[in-house]
Amino acid sequence: MSGFAKPLKIALGLAVVAALIVVPMNFNRYGLFILSQWAVMSIAAMGLNLTLGYAGQVSLAQGAFVGIGAYAAAIMTTHGWPLPAAILAAIVLSFAVGWVLGYPALRVQHHYLAFVTLAFSTLAFLVFRNESWLTGGIYGISNIPRPHVFGLATNKPLPFYYVCLGSLAIVSLAVWWLIRSPWGRAFMALRENPLRAQSLGVDTRRYTLMAFAIGSALGGIAGALYAPLTQYIDPVPFNLSLSLDLLMMVIVGGAGFYFGPFLGAMIAVLLPEWLRFTEGYYLMLYAVAVMLLLIWSPTGILGILDRYLAERRTKAASALRAVAKSRLETVQ
Amino acid sequence: MSNLFDLLVAGLATGAIYALVAVGFTLLWQTSQTINFAQGEFVMLPAFLILAAMHVGAPFWLAIILGILLSMILLGLAFKLLLVDPMMRHGVLPLAIATMALAIGIKEAVKQFFSAEASPFPSIVPTGDISILGQSVSLQSIGVLVVAILAVVGLTTLLNRTSLGHQMQAAAQNPTVARIIGVPVERMILLTFLINAFLVALASLLITPIYLAKFSSGEVLGQAAFIAAIVGGFNQVRGAIAGGLLIGVLDNLAAAYVSMQYRAAVPMLFLIAVILFRPQGLLGRAEERTV
Repeated sequence: MSGFAKPLKIALGLAVVAALIVVPMNFNRYGLFILSQWAVMSIAAMGLNLTLGYAGQVSLAQGAFVGIGAYAAAIMTTHGWPLPAAILAAIVLSFAVGWVLGYPALRVQHHYLAFVTLAFSTLAFLVFRNESWLTGGIYGISNIPRPHVFGLATNKPLPFYYVCLGSLAIVSLAVWWLIRSPWGRAFMALRENPLRAQSLGVDTRRYTLMAFAIGSALGGIAGALYAPLTQYIDPVPFNLSLSLDLLMMVIVGGAGFYFGPFLGAMIAVLLPEWLRFTEGYYLMLYAVAVMLLLIWSPTGILGILDRYLAERRTKAASALRAVAKSRLETVQ
Repeated sequence: MSNLFDLLVAGLATGAIYALVAVGFTLLWQTSQTINFAQGEFVMLPAFLILAAMHVGAPFWLAIILGILLSMILLGLAFKLLLVDPMMRHGVLPLAIATMALAIGIKEAVKQFFSAEASPFPSIVPTGDISILGQSVSLQSIGVLVVAILAVVGLTTLLNRTSLGHQMQAAAQNPTVARIIGVPVERMILLTFLINAFLVALASLLITPIYLAKFSSGEVLGQAAFIAAIVGGFNQVRGAIAGGLLIGVLDNLAAAYVSMQYRAAVPMLFLIAVILFRPQGLLGRAEERTV
């Protein structure tokens, strides 16, 4: 996105944020639900983008962390704890589990790592389904309360949408800061060339674990918001296909691009809704659209933009060079 | 003990089917670095193609031939030309994601154009029980095992004893050198895609009579084949066969002796253990790590 002038970028960003606040005000219940879901999935996808897009560690377990966060929040809030405490617990829990899941990444890479995390995802699903003393088993947990924010109840869809949007904003700022900090650079060094990173003194071991743990913690936050959003959870939404969907969001949006997860989540959550008029065909069309997009641009949507801007910059640069050259020639 | 014997035979039979699917999976990986997340759906689809052919009035044997041919065109030729070829040079991950989308597409198409309900499927091997050494054994299990073993033996003979097979292996192991010594690498890659399509169609014929034809049945199957391929060794055909049999037996024993609820966990834990302690798989060669 570096091709735009800075004031233009800020203006664009403010316009989008204002639109996200104002436009949904007269949306109906279902529209707000979908938009809240987009915010929640964006948070989860942002976590995966950190693990995969920035640190280069393939994970097929992000859905499981959303599940862990959702169950932590559901269990705690139905027992009378406030939501912020539940979110904190979800963060700590998924951070710790994510840290442990990072250990295999120290031994194996790429597709092997993908399979370990895939297995973990399935195991987590089995625990959600079978440990009914804790999770309610296949009957799930119902009547999950929504929080009071500054004394205001968020039971209605619009206030809770603002809770989701606010959380998304906080997480976005935190991630923005993180990837610009030395940590973010260490993550990217890990992705681009682990050997060189290590010889430059980056503790690759610690940063690999960190990439997993922080990415997973964001999944946990998403889950902790998902539970009060739907107010009822059962194991089915947190099976392997959620992990695959989240991975698809990150790749389709553009892995390693800051805005990739927002766009990816938009396509995965909103596009099927827009295609609903085609009735039974909508998921089929969605699948075809994803395949066509990836054939066209394997680096996702932002990859297209990135290529376009890079091309424009080279063109501009070569035009400048041509001008400079002709001037030199006239001087001679 | 008759129970254990029965379990072993049933486990080997399902395992043999997993092995067929896993072998196809490793073939695609070896020749074109395709991780096919739609492999389970590839097994689900041929059964519906056969049912569709029977629906328009073809007799069962003709429907089978048509189904296998159509599978080879759709899941072999079209899959390679339309999806794998344009994406191959962009690395493993985008292609893997594209196959995930393909899996959704196939599932939804079957649900929309055929049925969301499970349909019965005729068996190509005789059903009933026979008695071997005083033990009664399901004839279907034996039949499945025999057909699968024949297919695997046929494939390994092709790969190891014929010139064509050697050319395929060369194309997989070192495409550049293979091209220099005159192996038509592109054609060999296409051939592995056709072989994979044939294997999944065969697996479909064998497994669908047992588990019924349903649009979602590919999920479990794909995962099992996946695990089988990794456990056995990603880069070895015989590894995939051993992995398939092992996972089939393990799965059946876990269902009987661990608990119905956690049966699916046993192969997963086994998978994690194998990857952590022997990442190249039980029978695989150690691969150089890229870094």
